[in-house]
Amino acid sequence: MSRQSNRPTDSKKMNSELFTLTYGALVTQLCKDYENDEEVNKQLDKMGYNIGVRLIEDFLARSSVGRCHDFRETADVIAKVAFKMYLGITPSVTNWSPAGDEFSLILESNPLVDFVELPDNHNNLVYSNLLCGVLRGALEMVQMAVDVRFAQDTLRGDNVTEIRMKFIKRIEENMPAGDE
Amino acid sequence: MTVHNFYIFDRNGSCLHYSEWNRKKQAGISKDEEFKLMYGMLFSIRSFISKMSPLDMYPVCVCVGERERECVCVFSLTKLFRKDGFLAFQTSRYKLHYYETPTGIKLVMNTDLGVPNCRDTLQQIYSTLYVEYIVKNPLCVLGESLQSDLFNTKLDSFIRALPFFSVRAA
Repeated sequence: MSRQSNRPTDSKKMNSELFTLTYGALVTQLCKDYENDEEVNKQLDKMGYNIGVRLIEDFLARSSVGRCHDFRETADVIAKVAFKMYLGITPSVTNWSPAGDEFSLILESNPLVDFVELPDNHNNLVYSNLLCGVLRGALEMVQMAVDVRFAQDTLRGDNVTEIRMKFIKRIEENMPAGDE
Repeated sequence: MTVHNFYIFDRNGSCLHYSEWNRKKQAGISKDEEFKLMYGMLFSIRSFISKMSPLDMYPVCVCVGERERECVCVFSLTKLFRKDGFLAFQTSRYKLHYYETPTGIKLVMNTDLGVPNCRDTLQQIYSTLYVEYIVKNPLCVLGESLQSDLFNTKLDSFIRALPFFSVRAA
């Protein structure tokens, strides 16, 4: 009965430079298309969200991680399993709020910014903002509403890159409509 | 042994996919109503089980008979599948297998009684078919009924290849 999955457990490896450069081209194009950085940040977040809602399915299918029962477990899975799987890095989880509803992911290196220097006229650009959208979208699909933003960024002169995540609420499942 | 039919629901209760193989008796209502009825039952079973389980989030296998003497409740306590809740139920004629992902995608397969636990099979359908051909196809709108022929074909051949698919010789 237990037919083994045909899918290789190890994901296909891709040259990460191709990914990084493609992302760079995307940001560059958005900067041309939109007048201000805020709008670019918004578009990146939106695209990330759309990726996240699909990526979560791929993640669950590959990792066979079950439902997380608290935010700490979620933080661990994001840092140790998901970031490792998709970006090849393992951020550290720190700065827990006393209530346990907020934490930071500290990225030693950010693969998206390997070849980037921010020009002076893009002070407000959050270059890797796509990641925030991805995290938000993916968690929303597992019933968690979360606020995600960059608190520090090496591109802007900070020592580390820090993504701050705040748990907002659990999204309740609705009773099907029109069901008597 | 045989597989009767197969449903996929999303977390809002829309039926994303339905296919059937050996279904001798139809519900006698429209498919839309049938999907609603099915989803409503699954929804209720889930909440029933989470309330009635004497142990926190352990898996529960409910066996509901069509006649009174067949009503048996089995609470399986394997830690392996902890937190999974509802797994399956069976009547005197068929068995319903259920698998739900953390994103709320629900896969439901009806088979005859001889088929053992189909969790692996359902999980495989999710990870090798649903994720591969639906989620990774940007043109497939999530949350709408699936129109992908590729998915339908792959699913059909997957189900037909299952060791317990073939109808038992009469």
